[in-house]
Amino acid sequence: MSFALQCLRCSWLTRGSAAITCRRRSFSTSQRLMMSRHTHAKRIQGLDKNVWVAFTSLAADPSVVNLGQGFPDIPPPSYVKEALAKAVSVDRMNQYTRGFGHPPLVKALSQVYGHVYGRPIDPFKEVLVTVGGYGSLFSTMQGLVEEGDEVIIIEPFFDCYVPMVRMAGAKPVFIPLRLKSGKKSITSADWYLDPDELSSKFTSKTKAIIINTPNNPIGKILTRDELQMIADLCIKHDTLCFSDEVYEWLIYRGQQHVKIATLPGMWERTITIGSAGKTFSVTGWKLGWSIGPQHLIRHLQTVMQNTLYTCPTPLQEAVAQGLMLNMELIGQPECYFTSLAEELEGKRDRMAAIVQEAGMTPVIPEGGYFMLVDVSALNQDLSDMKTDDDDDEAYDYKFVKWMIKKKKLAAIPVTAFVSDQSTKDFEKYIRLCFIKQDSTLDAAGAILKNWCQTNTTSN
Amino acid sequence: NPANRQSIKQTNKHRVEFTQLAAEYKAVNLGQGFPDFSPPQFITEAFCKAVSGGPPMHQYTRAFGHPALVQSLAKFFSRIVGHDIDPFEDILVTVGAYQALFCAFQALIDEGDEVIIVEPFFDCYQPMVVMAGGKAVYVPLRPVSGTAVLSSGDWVLSAEELASKITPHTKAIVINTPNNPLGKVYKREELQMIADLCIKHDLLCFSDEVYEWLTYDGAKHVKIASLPGMWERTVTIGSGGKTFSATGWKVGWAMGSGHILKYMKTIHQNSIYHCATAAQEAVAQGFEREHELFGTPQSYFQQLPAMLHHRREKLASSLKGVGLQPIMPEGGYFMITDISSIAVDFKDSDTKDENYDFRFVKWLIKEKGLATIPVSAFYSPEHSKEFDKYIRFCFVKENSTLDAAEEILKKWSQNESSH
Repeated sequence: MSFALQCLRCSWLTRGSAAITCRRRSFSTSQRLMMSRHTHAKRIQGLDKNVWVAFTSLAADPSVVNLGQGFPDIPPPSYVKEALAKAVSVDRMNQYTRGFGHPPLVKALSQVYGHVYGRPIDPFKEVLVTVGGYGSLFSTMQGLVEEGDEVIIIEPFFDCYVPMVRMAGAKPVFIPLRLKSGKKSITSADWYLDPDELSSKFTSKTKAIIINTPNNPIGKILTRDELQMIADLCIKHDTLCFSDEVYEWLIYRGQQHVKIATLPGMWERTITIGSAGKTFSVTGWKLGWSIGPQHLIRHLQTVMQNTLYTCPTPLQEAVAQGLMLNMELIGQPECYFTSLAEELEGKRDRMAAIVQEAGMTPVIPEGGYFMLVDVSALNQDLSDMKTDDDDDEAYDYKFVKWMIKKKKLAAIPVTAFVSDQSTKDFEKYIRLCFIKQDSTLDAAGAILKNWCQTNTTSN
Repeated sequence: NPANRQSIKQTNKHRVEFTQLAAEYKAVNLGQGFPDFSPPQFITEAFCKAVSGGPPMHQYTRAFGHPALVQSLAKFFSRIVGHDIDPFEDILVTVGAYQALFCAFQALIDEGDEVIIVEPFFDCYQPMVVMAGGKAVYVPLRPVSGTAVLSSGDWVLSAEELASKITPHTKAIVINTPNNPLGKVYKREELQMIADLCIKHDLLCFSDEVYEWLTYDGAKHVKIASLPGMWERTVTIGSGGKTFSATGWKVGWAMGSGHILKYMKTIHQNSIYHCATAAQEAVAQGFEREHELFGTPQSYFQQLPAMLHHRREKLASSLKGVGLQPIMPEGGYFMITDISSIAVDFKDSDTKDENYDFRFVKWLIKEKGLATIPVSAFYSPEHSKEFDKYIRFCFVKENSTLDAAEEILKKWSQNESSH
């Protein structure tokens, strides 16, 4: 075995003093490595950390009730699982399919969304299938955003938007959702976009604005008027709109999801993103789609062709079947597009109630499966948390780490979804995911009930 | 306005174009590089088992690779590479080997870097280099002169020519062994030559080894990462799709020293993030089974090359029967054939500016109903005219498909001899 190999092996197999000896001996090797040109490309500078890397391992402890990461622990509908098992038993379904999307799937998407948009959608030119909504966001940024562009991002935002904009060489420009004054926030509708502030963010360099409706993490659904305001600016400044609508079916009673691409003048400048994972509660299938005009979609297709070429076939076949099945059921109670939202509304309300019991204040979401919770009323003493990070760590980060450790309940800190300038406005909130089975919500409920009691006895 | 990085020459479009043409003419398709037979039963069963597993099988798994999969890959490949591979530091699971290549270029190639590509090359390497802001520098494998070129082993890389391509801007070299389209399996001495240059000039090596289990005639697949001084500078890329004849599952991986893999993880986490869970679980089970059966006759890694060995022979004899000169591949899915001995009158004036092999392939689809891929598609613009007398066949097909091809070739040779 070569000297270099020996030292590499030594340094990771052994910890402690043997490693130190090995490090001394291997100095010349590591020196060579450090002086080598095995450095990374500039495009990833500063993009290595993210909130999930930090919190997933903390929450992975099985004794922790995980309301952090956004995925269901409820089972997906059985017919999608069956469709997948069936697809794998068909020879052809185990080999490469069409790069831009398996024909049955793009046709199903064209039908479902043709109906929703009220316009014909060309399955081959106006649809791209991607690896999750995430992959659609990436294809969109890489396909349409250039070095030196500005991209407007509304805070709070799904955290990947910023690194993706940066990786494309562009600059994120932030505008926060603001709380209506005088209101102690109770619903996501109490957050709004200031029209003058929004208008001021558009410059000659603005390539696009990213919107997410229903929004992760707040759960706000942008109203028609708000979307019209955004549309007017896009048209005035000739910018694109990237509309992340992965939670489009998770709309609660009294709410309406409006697609900005259906507003006049918007189809030709909008990419709308959807997700099979969120639609069918199968986040682990990682299939999503981008819908838009051919002159934009073709650039996303070029990215696809040069990044991963094609998405898995059997998964696409199964999603196609799930979509066609539900297409038939639209308007009926069994239609998953509406039945899931009904099921989740109950969980939402339950979550809000148990959170209130613990003295926290929920922000009732109009859509999506997350809930913001204001923990400031607790005035929780976090001093027994040894912070191994600097003291500049935002309150919500500290609170969530404390809560995982002391209460065995995981959430996600909301400042992970905002820029530094907005940290102080959001650091009293944590994000809970409520697409969880009853036993999980029961367990969370027990912790929150106990919390309240512990606080009472300690006073 | 499309992003400037989209000024990538759309080299892959030939794949789409020829697929459409083949479908239009209902051609027997030996062009596309995937099996038309089913994956082995044990692997489809593993997938079905995963699908009926609990809810976690349908939700996000670990972003850099499903634990069961990275652990089985680490266990399996450690003994082959001769290095203890850390499943969590040294492996990244990707959506097919294609995405692993993408992560490697994006993570490690910067504006102005040069990347040496050995030709003929799988056509995605070039646009990926360009998309990363790099510059592709080509060095071709050349048939040895003086002897009859009968095997892919007769195509070699000149050490001097390779060394002459290295400049202070060279960051990496990309090799593919077994090679698509040629089928060459690099010998240990050849890899050592490349390794020596990598070490001397401190280069990275991206080694695309998706066909690693498909070697014939006793050729041995050697991993360049197992050579001294190479583990720390090599990214080795593998494919579940090619390994288990399930190309549509799109499960691939990159393996290498953690200090390099970590950069690829950053690209992955900001582009795709997670790969499908159930497919990864199935591939993990596949590797567990192969670990148990390694080296035995029940191993799929023995059975598949044995089966394909015969298909390869069958296709070669059909081609010789019509006067074509196949170059026997030592490994992989493909066989290239010298078409220079056949004179064809292309009546199609539309294609007269295209390379000879492109015209030949279109003619073959339209006139004979047989689909293949022109080999100059796997060459740089500067060398494509030198190598435009070859077409590529995929022999990883059912016997019935190869029989149908044989029929077409027989009829063709009868037509020729009757003139």
